[in-house]
Amino acid sequence: MTAAGRSGFLRTFLDSEFFHNYKRSPSAIIGSILVIFVLLVAILGPLWTVQDPYNIASLELRDAYKPPAWIEDGEARFLLGTDQQGRDMLSAIVYGSRVSLIIGVAGAFLASLIGIVFGLVAGYTGGRTDAIIMRIADIQLSFPTMLIALFLMSVLGRGVTNILISLTLVGWVRFARTVRGETLSVKKREYVEAARVIGLPNVRILFKHVLPNVFASIIVLATIQVGNFILTEATLSFLGLGVPITRPSLGMLCNNGFTVLYSGLWWVSIFPGLYIMIIVFGINLLGDFLRDELNPKLK
Amino acid sequence: MFRFIVKRLFQLVLVLFAVSLIVFLFASVMGNPVYLMVKENAPAAEIQAVTEALGLDKPLPVQYAIFVRNALRGNFGKSYMNHLPALGLIVERFPATLEIVVVALLLSALIGIPCGVLSGAYPKSRFSRGIMVFSIAGISMPSFWVGMVLIYFFSLHLGILPVSGRGTVGTFLGMRTSLATLDGWRHIILPSVTLALGTLATIIRLTRSGMQENMKQDYVRFAKSKGVPRRTVLFGHALKNTLIPVVTIFGMQMGTLIAFTTITETIFAWPGMGKLLIDSINSLDRPIIAAYILFVAVMFVFINFIVDILYVFIDPRIDLQ
Repeated sequence: MTAAGRSGFLRTFLDSEFFHNYKRSPSAIIGSILVIFVLLVAILGPLWTVQDPYNIASLELRDAYKPPAWIEDGEARFLLGTDQQGRDMLSAIVYGSRVSLIIGVAGAFLASLIGIVFGLVAGYTGGRTDAIIMRIADIQLSFPTMLIALFLMSVLGRGVTNILISLTLVGWVRFARTVRGETLSVKKREYVEAARVIGLPNVRILFKHVLPNVFASIIVLATIQVGNFILTEATLSFLGLGVPITRPSLGMLCNNGFTVLYSGLWWVSIFPGLYIMIIVFGINLLGDFLRDELNPKLK
Repeated sequence: MFRFIVKRLFQLVLVLFAVSLIVFLFASVMGNPVYLMVKENAPAAEIQAVTEALGLDKPLPVQYAIFVRNALRGNFGKSYMNHLPALGLIVERFPATLEIVVVALLLSALIGIPCGVLSGAYPKSRFSRGIMVFSIAGISMPSFWVGMVLIYFFSLHLGILPVSGRGTVGTFLGMRTSLATLDGWRHIILPSVTLALGTLATIIRLTRSGMQENMKQDYVRFAKSKGVPRRTVLFGHALKNTLIPVVTIFGMQMGTLIAFTTITETIFAWPGMGKLLIDSINSLDRPIIAAYILFVAVMFVFINFIVDILYVFIDPRIDLQ
């Protein structure tokens, strides 16, 4: 590949070790293809789905219980079959994936924001502040995140906002710990000491000199957390403690399908779950590659 | 050792205090259980009577003090729904949960550690690559979905394993458990496989990365060149030094497994304490939720304690002080 004539940034990127390793990692390539596919489906999907699954008026009861198109009695119109109300499963999955993805990404963003602030403050100031923040983190970490999320949702009640609150409260700890650890080591470097000596305000030192050096780890962690959060949300919704029924996420679709699994309508619950796995699998493949490249220490 | 135990006990008290406070505060914010217990359009006097009977008319600090005093005696109040002692209900269902957790843990250790050792020792082989893809897929699958697939395939499609429930319960060492009967084992397979999958994947990944590090160490090379049999090098030398993080993960996974029993038990209608928790959340049964969380908290601290003690046996270099 000739890099001549390309803009400076692109050329640096294409020549970088990062890109070189990326080209030679099948799992990273598969992961990014999956992620791009999932994003395209979520963004463009509603343009070609056969119905708007939220619009009750577009559903017809005589279309209910149709199996996938390749099975006897299936219709080409409903590729993945229909549910009890005649809702096209493919359309439901496309719309559901939007809810799942938005919650996963927004949750990881909020959790990283809170985690970064607490991590920076704890690592930079040290002393009692550090001790208190880290003690809280320790206590929280001794409980499985799933249990905390369950408990929070049972208190807060269903709803997208409440899920985001729960995910943030559950997820900030890992960011805070990582950021704190890296801040501790960056803090002692000469350029940070120099910045302090010439009297720059702490906030400026933190955001201009410390944060950029911690950023790689945050990217890695955030990628992995998006996948985790999508799974957590799906699980909560499956248990009936997640999103409201009016805007079903993929997990909620599984919940709906589970009630008819025993009557042999497997496609109503199996396909949405399969799509959750495809999404999270892609994100995890990509996350693994990013971790190995950007910060091998992170586990 | 003694000082360590005392320190740990102090920590336990601290954690329990924090947890009890949080649980209490959240539980008192969460919906008013009175309305679940009285009939619709009940007269104000009846609502007042029920509120007083539950002690919900007193100020919060007083309610908390009463809560703690009773909790210390093992009394978490009676379930709002069926009027049985909350802790008793949980303890009664504990064996059912414990048995799927133990089977899941055994499954993931017996399969996960050998797979991790082999794929860590020969990371380039086709087997290792397959294992790695499996383990990433394993942590990407929602566990409720795995359960549904297993139910559909083995119970509904093939019809060889039961769909739900605990099956015949026998008595083993004085404990009522499904592990004592063949029918019980048939029931336990699907829930524990569902539960084990995530842990299995985590254990494989961790053992593998630990092995990869240790295989580069001089003592492994030395043992190899000395002509020590390959299996002894892998499972005797290298694995021994990988075990520390693996044991830690076992401790943590035990907690995660207990949390995930809520899902597995819901899917398989397994009468354990996880299903009890979900049922109680749905019916706002506060005493049970509070008792569950504190019960689990004590258990986690205890597990961590055991894990710390195990360290010393695995690695004598570690000093608990």
